Amino acid sequence: MLIKLTGGTVYDPAHGIDGKVMDIYIRDGRIVDRPRDGERIDQDHNLAGKVVMAGAIDMHTHIGGGKVNIARTLLPEDHRADPVMHTEHCRAGCGHVAPSTLTTGYRYAEMGYTAGFEPAVLPINARQAHLEMGDTPIIDKGGYAMLGSDDLLLRMMAANKDQNAINDYVAWTLHASQAIGIKVVNAGGINAFKFNQRMLDLDEKNAYYQVTPRDVLQRLSRAVHELGIPHPLHVHGNNLGVPGNVETTLNTIAGVDGYPLHLTHIQFHSYGTEGDRKFSSAAARIAEAINKNKHISADVGQILFGQTVTASGDNMAQFRNHAAGSPNKWVCMDIECDAGCGVVPFKYKDQNFVNALQWAIGLEIFLLVDDPWRIFLTTDHPNGAPFTSYPHLIRLLTDKTFRNDMLSSISPDAQKLSTLASIDREYSLYEIAIMTRAGAAKLVGLHDRGHLGVGAAADITVYSDHADREKMFSKPDYVFKDGELVVRNGSVVKVTWGTTHVVRPEFDRSIEKEIAKYFETYHTVNMEHVKVTDQQIADDGRGHVQVHECKGRREKTA
Amino acid sequence: MQSSGKSQTDTNSTTHEHVACPACGLLCDDLTVSRNAGGILEVTPNTCARSVQFFQRPPTDTSPRIAGKPATLDTAIARTVEILRQANQPLISGLGTEVQGMRAVMSLADKSCASIDHMNSNAFMRNIQVVQNSGWMTTTLTEVRNRVDLLVVVGTDIVSHFPRFFERNIWNRESMFGQETSMREVVYLGGRDIDTSAGVAPDGRKPDVLPCDLERLPEVAAALRALANGKKLQVTEVAGIAAAELEKLAERLKAAKYSVIAWATTTLDFPHAELAIQNISELVKDLNQTTRSSGLPLGGNEGEMNANQVSAWISGYPIRTSFGKGYPEYDPLQLSADKLLGSGEADALLWISSFNPERTPPQTSIPTVVFGHAAMKFDREPEVFIPVGTPGIDHNGVSFRSDNVVSLPLSQLRQSTLPSLSAVLTAIEQAL
Repeated sequence: MLIKLTGGTVYDPAHGIDGKVMDIYIRDGRIVDRPRDGERIDQDHNLAGKVVMAGAIDMHTHIGGGKVNIARTLLPEDHRADPVMHTEHCRAGCGHVAPSTLTTGYRYAEMGYTAGFEPAVLPINARQAHLEMGDTPIIDKGGYAMLGSDDLLLRMMAANKDQNAINDYVAWTLHASQAIGIKVVNAGGINAFKFNQRMLDLDEKNAYYQVTPRDVLQRLSRAVHELGIPHPLHVHGNNLGVPGNVETTLNTIAGVDGYPLHLTHIQFHSYGTEGDRKFSSAAARIAEAINKNKHISADVGQILFGQTVTASGDNMAQFRNHAAGSPNKWVCMDIECDAGCGVVPFKYKDQNFVNALQWAIGLEIFLLVDDPWRIFLTTDHPNGAPFTSYPHLIRLLTDKTFRNDMLSSISPDAQKLSTLASIDREYSLYEIAIMTRAGAAKLVGLHDRGHLGVGAAADITVYSDHADREKMFSKPDYVFKDGELVVRNGSVVKVTWGTTHVVRPEFDRSIEKEIAKYFETYHTVNMEHVKVTDQQIADDGRGHVQVHECKGRREKTA
Repeated sequence: MQSSGKSQTDTNSTTHEHVACPACGLLCDDLTVSRNAGGILEVTPNTCARSVQFFQRPPTDTSPRIAGKPATLDTAIARTVEILRQANQPLISGLGTEVQGMRAVMSLADKSCASIDHMNSNAFMRNIQVVQNSGWMTTTLTEVRNRVDLLVVVGTDIVSHFPRFFERNIWNRESMFGQETSMREVVYLGGRDIDTSAGVAPDGRKPDVLPCDLERLPEVAAALRALANGKKLQVTEVAGIAAAELEKLAERLKAAKYSVIAWATTTLDFPHAELAIQNISELVKDLNQTTRSSGLPLGGNEGEMNANQVSAWISGYPIRTSFGKGYPEYDPLQLSADKLLGSGEADALLWISSFNPERTPPQTSIPTVVFGHAAMKFDREPEVFIPVGTPGIDHNGVSFRSDNVVSLPLSQLRQSTLPSLSAVLTAIEQAL
């Protein structure tokens, strides 16, 4: 099967292509060179005047695992407002803040997204995360395994185990959880909450282990680097949502030995304490630090106004913030000496000073960070807003007039404390393509996605070039997934099942003896049962696993 | 027809170690199961009454039946398809299955516009009601095993339903944080004539017992919550428990570093039992203002968690969801199996119980298809009986534990001619 996409205007930042009219050829799911003259073209799509990009990649979206399912269970009233009928191609479900898995896959594809990465896979809950992602159609997926509050790591650190042992445990976890990266959530804080600590700043000690968050970040970021895992340590900082947490965030950037870090939903970690209400924007300081420190990347975690639900591993912060939630019902869990979770519904209101300023802070960060390869478009779905609001967010970034109109409608006190009105920047389509495609693929470590070069998987999205970017990005003309036409005019026309992306760094298997003994002594499950097998992901013949390269140990530890 | 999962273990070997046991929601995975030449399984060590009964049932080679007469699987499937085609509002209930089976249930329910409910849901839905009304703070078994210092058991002995709970999670010898586990305190709150022997510490120390009628637990829990919040009671006793005793318990909860309040979903099954669960859950939240405390809802028998988890991710709702209008609608009151059968709204019943032959379908006059454990016996023969494999014996699977977080692989332990539920339901869906 040879498909030709003729004469579209292509944005492919991985190859420096910025709006060039080109033809693209697809054979058997991959992008190929121009065929020989006379070779039969099976399908030719005339894309004159259309915008062509690689399929978009959401590098941080809560789409699978226990806390997402708790969020679904918690909010039937939200689902009732957005029922999804079964159709010729699609099964039934429901949408809005915590959509059913099937609807999640369809709606991502209908927005031109072809991959999403679940950022909080608890190793002990990894099987569930993969089961849910396995029922998420069309898009590719993957997960970041959560470490940093698990008792085994903290025990190893308290016992002053050498870095090689930590590296081996981190690598083992990636294999067991079938993950593509490592995430740390409120480093050590979820664990400290179990010992009744309520805050844990970067240099504060865990009451039991006497280990600090900074120690955890240093150990894990070094492990990720030395194992050659492409995705830098994915960091949900300490003190989420706390006014003044900018200092913690800046300290984190400065103080982790220079190993690459990805700071996630940084908007929630960019708060100052200025002004009458002791809550202010620290976006400028954060952006300046990101601009200066080339080893740092971040995604924003933009909030948008309306009902949503926050689902996080950070039960220390979720418990602290539950009183601000709406409606007033919430779930917190301690989980298996591994981690925790907290699910709190939120309704962000544009006339609420704090919410309005959060909205402005996110946009300020987007617009003040210079390098679109190191800042990523997320709402931390569903924590800041559901992923279905991405087209609206793209319009805010690309259209200054629209942005300022919105700004003038929010809480006047928040407007006064924001510099947003003075920022003229408008993101170009090329920059949007970096943030949502080329940059995201590079950050996650997907060599064959996020670009349109020969050999890439044919994940391709075609848009009509509306001046209204919200309209444009809401409803692509075509979406191809692995070369198959899956969406036409914003509706699913074919359901496929994507790939699960993982990394499997080499490690010294003798670490398993220690892990097995730990499980045997203290846990209620056998270590072997923690491991998610390929077969459990591939069941029903729908999913499969793609292993991405790790460059191996970047330096040996003595 | 093949079962959908390939064996992870060598089915020719006679001994399997680290076997997970789905006979209750604890899913203990430290069992060793051996198989003799006749296909009879024997469990050692770490047994309990439930696991012995579950694994040691002799294999039954039953063929499908239509109206009591032996039939091929294909004709039984064809007859089921006919029943589904004629039905306006089919009900798929029982739902005693593992995750793959439940995925197939959801797909078939969507296709056939059916409602779904679970055999244990009259009790189980009370927990869901509390979550959906006010939420809760809970913990999981490994946390309990390593951290609990005060266990309050509400309205149950636990061990009738979860035999190894105390052995594995309370009186375990080693714990991670240097705690002397034998010093753990146990209080039984509510219920009458509860067998509290499992709560006796290894050194013979007896648990405290505060009995009352189960039906009065909502007010007892409310009083305890009020006391923990520093309020004074105007009465000297609540449901026969002295106010002073409740006050003492409230103080102990406040002083504990990691208290756990456990209940068994099945026992809190009386009108308005959800108010007991809600008061316990709110008490736990209040205690967390100053110390740590967690709820521990114990359930998960007969694949209850599997049904609910899979339903939640595929439909967005817990069980008691209907696909009748082409999209999922959730109604915890109107869509209970009892109600749909009692009112005559349901006009075909598909009943699933693959773990337990004793859980037979409710009496009903509407056409009934049973996907059951092969040893199932009926007082009244259903229109169609399709024996299916038992997950964790006849085929692989995945099952969720009581705490709703941990899922464990179930392994095939012997060769079996019985099809898996998911294989049968998929064939039915394809024929529809």
